Amino acid sequence: MQVGKASIKFEEPPVIESMASIVGKKEGEGPLGKLFDVVEQDDMFGADTWEKAESALQKQTADLAIEKGDVRKKDIRYLFAGDLLGQLIATSFGTVDLEIPLFGLFGACSTMGEALNLGSMTVAAGYADKVMAMASSHFATAEKQFRFPLGYGSQRPSSSSWTVTGCGAVILTKHRKEGIAAITGITTGRMVDMGIKDSMNMGAAMAPAAFHTIQQNFDDFNVDENYYDKIITGDLGQVGRTILLDFMKNKGHDLETIHTDCGIEIFDPDSQDTHAGGSGCGCAASTLCSYILPKIKDGTWKRVLFVPTGALLSTVSFNEGETIPGIAHGVMIEHIDN
Amino acid sequence: MEVNKKAYEAYVKEVTPVNKKLPNIIKAFLVGGIICTIGQICTTLIMNQGVEKDTASAWTTLILIAASVILTGLNIYPKITKFGGAGALVPITGFANSVVAPAVEFKAEGQVFGIGCKIFTIAGPVILYGILSSWILGVIAYVLKAFGIV
Repeated sequence: MQVGKASIKFEEPPVIESMASIVGKKEGEGPLGKLFDVVEQDDMFGADTWEKAESALQKQTADLAIEKGDVRKKDIRYLFAGDLLGQLIATSFGTVDLEIPLFGLFGACSTMGEALNLGSMTVAAGYADKVMAMASSHFATAEKQFRFPLGYGSQRPSSSSWTVTGCGAVILTKHRKEGIAAITGITTGRMVDMGIKDSMNMGAAMAPAAFHTIQQNFDDFNVDENYYDKIITGDLGQVGRTILLDFMKNKGHDLETIHTDCGIEIFDPDSQDTHAGGSGCGCAASTLCSYILPKIKDGTWKRVLFVPTGALLSTVSFNEGETIPGIAHGVMIEHIDN
Repeated sequence: MEVNKKAYEAYVKEVTPVNKKLPNIIKAFLVGGIICTIGQICTTLIMNQGVEKDTASAWTTLILIAASVILTGLNIYPKITKFGGAGALVPITGFANSVVAPAVEFKAEGQVFGIGCKIFTIAGPVILYGILSSWILGVIAYVLKAFGIV
């Protein structure tokens, strides 16, 4: 059912029946280290290039989600997946062997939100019984594409983030009484450009988009922060969180205790030197599948607004002096009472 | 949105932590100084072997570049720069690092389109504008000399 301006409420909420998360060594050493399904010690994932490594990461994660859910591959009708690389090469090469019809998505670091939005719409509408939503990022491929070669020495400002090497995948199935969690509604974000030009401060570029989507969700569903146990953004980091909380406070919403951010949860900035926090599609996706969904499943949190955030940074537009617009997609995830 | 872009920019500046200047300056001075001291030790040792100063300087440059190349390959030079900042970027070792790093990274894309096209992605501007500015200065010096000013 269409709700408000940008939201959908699912009368028969699609259910997350399986999840998998695979991350790299550094993420495994972080605060969430023990929660991931697999911590791969080899950042090359057995491949000979970084791009192939990220493809292997996607393939392994998808296979694991299928295996954990005891689902037959041929029953998954569509795959909604994406990554950060040009022409989505991690996804396009990584998912060849899956032989599942693919929608390749680019939403920068918000991709998991976009995949869950589209995946749950597809399932709820009856166009598929099962779909998979997946997103990945790799520190080395992202550095190579957006910043500098790994061997180049440089100093990173304190507002910069650290791209997560990780992948998260979920399998959504049509409404039923059991499962990990249910997706009860979505609020799709729109582009928000506040004129930020500093690619080393993506939290500031994305925070207004997160604010906009959360506010839109509140308006569309006629709810406020009390409706949720947690509101979890993707990769705003410390700077972005500060800005989001300030913006929400100005609107009369106090998110101080219920807000957290995947980028803040996944690394320990003091011991891991990650500055503002983690980022990348894999940040929100792997945190969702290791930390957030289990807590919803066991009932610690009954209702969560998951808001992956993306900074639509391009090296071309950046060099041409353009700003960095942001986007954030809201997904309402709820506990299933058995 | 009710906040305008200019106000937002000022607000972001306010909430974004800045790197501490003084410790960075001290670290840069220390690292830069150590690299230069190593260079001086090399020059002095080579000159002690009875080599001319110009030749000794050329050998020193070669040694520093070779050291930086090896340290980049071993992934140690980025750590030195992370600590020392401009102290490690400005000396010739930093320049060597900026050439080797892309070469290592883009090797997978082939000898021509990988290493060949991308080896100077970071150092290219330094080379181009370095040559351009020395050409301009050369022209100025030539003109001043022609008019007997210098």
